[in-house]
Amino acid sequence: MDRYDLIIIGGGPAGLAAAISAKEQGVTNLLILERDQELGGILNQCIHNGFGLHTFKEELTGPEYAQRFIDRAAELEVPYKLQTMVLDISEDGGEKTVTAMNRKDGLLVLKTKAVILAMGCRERPRGALNIPGYRPAGIYTAGTAQRLVNMEGYMPGREVVILGSGDIGLIMARRMTLEGAKVKVVAELMPYSGGLQRNIVQCLEDFHIPLKLSHTVVDIQGKERVTGVTLAEVDENRKPIPGTEEFYSCDTLLLSCGLIPENELSAKMGIKLSRVTSGAVVNESLETSVEGVFACGNVLHVHDLVDYVSEEAKRAGSHAAEYIHNWKEEAIKETWELEVEPQNGIRYTVPQTIRPEHMEEKLTLRFRVGAVYKDRYISVYCGSKRIFHKKKKKMAPGEMEQVTLQKSDLTAAPGLDKIIMKLEEA
Amino acid sequence: METRELICINCPLGCALTVTMEQGKVVKVEGNTCPKGKSYGEKEVTNPTRIVTSSVKVLGGNIPVVSVKTASDIPKEKIGACMAALKTVAVKAPVAIGDVILKDICGTGADVVATRNVAVKI
Repeated sequence: MDRYDLIIIGGGPAGLAAAISAKEQGVTNLLILERDQELGGILNQCIHNGFGLHTFKEELTGPEYAQRFIDRAAELEVPYKLQTMVLDISEDGGEKTVTAMNRKDGLLVLKTKAVILAMGCRERPRGALNIPGYRPAGIYTAGTAQRLVNMEGYMPGREVVILGSGDIGLIMARRMTLEGAKVKVVAELMPYSGGLQRNIVQCLEDFHIPLKLSHTVVDIQGKERVTGVTLAEVDENRKPIPGTEEFYSCDTLLLSCGLIPENELSAKMGIKLSRVTSGAVVNESLETSVEGVFACGNVLHVHDLVDYVSEEAKRAGSHAAEYIHNWKEEAIKETWELEVEPQNGIRYTVPQTIRPEHMEEKLTLRFRVGAVYKDRYISVYCGSKRIFHKKKKKMAPGEMEQVTLQKSDLTAAPGLDKIIMKLEEA
Repeated sequence: METRELICINCPLGCALTVTMEQGKVVKVEGNTCPKGKSYGEKEVTNPTRIVTSSVKVLGGNIPVVSVKTASDIPKEKIGACMAALKTVAVKAPVAIGDVILKDICGTGADVVATRNVAVKI
């Protein structure tokens, strides 16, 4: 049986950055398992630009950004297996067993000290949206359409309606338009867009594509192929308002209605998942509830920016390396752990827990708010003491925010069981 | 005096800019948090430009299309013409990142370059 120190599940941006970082920290016996036929993950189909502004201080397209990491991994001789599907991860006495499969090796049973989960996320499909109407051809998730157009060279349709204003939907509105399709409207259930402001400007406004907020699809017509959809306005409880129905003839409906971390393997392994993020609950070292199993990237929580994925994955890689270097050394198992409690407008934070003694001098917490807020303070309280206070002009659920905490602030309050993060009126 | 409200598209911060113009000339850009925002504001009201990303056909490659971009930003009104020009292009594999696919597209002075590697199909 093959024995490894570290197995990374997924060869997308998170898996690559995690592997590179672990290798740089001296973990030589490692392996990436990737189910696609090439490394790079979803970046390969994200041919638009805007990637890498933080990481490389220049604007790259998705494939270019991926290639930088693929090249670095090659330079470091990080081993990987493609077209390999991981079926199961289990743990026994600290050692983990990864069961995977591919055409060449057949069934693989691999032992490893540590695992990094980097499986990414997937799109919410029609079945999860409860849209009434027929089930004709012509309904795709935005990401499927993106792959068809950008990698396989097919146009999925000519007249398009898009439901959901997440970034992929916005990007695809522009992409389909540039390829000659007519994008008639983007409908968004919520009263605000789920995508970045810049994408609303350069993907919709540039092409005069209307964005209808507080609108949803209430009917899909067409027996063989979509012939049209009916939109309706929704009230504050997101229920369609009778009398506001409007028919749009189209041959294609794209869905961009949210991304869900792909955590079947994690759940099966018994890893504690967050109901809010659908990703693992992690501590400051990005370690899940199962010791030696780390998570990063979109499998942990859905990011807006790959730059932040790379940064997070790099940390997961170095914490995994640290775990491997200290393997079986009787570390203090029971360490003081704080919970980060999100309150008042903050939906979640990652990490969710902090062990101050294991914390580096500074720790970045990422979070999302639950609605659009203007001129609010982001505050963090350690008991009655406020340890972070910063004003933000505007915050929206579609844009991930962050705060940086100092180790010294937390170690100054020993015994505390939680810190509180909330929004406060200016 | 005329003002225009813009959202800067340079980075995900999406700063809300206010550009003040006098007789067609930009006199002030406010709301930006970096120098890129200022130049975006100035350009957007006088000569808006965009980087165009698309894909072109590949012959004999391990995938049927290769992603491309304009190496620099081009005037917004030329986007349609550029897309039409790209439709007529097919390149032979192998293709490497940075390979020039089309020189000086539509007289914009910008080359269209490949943004991914495509190996020859075996």
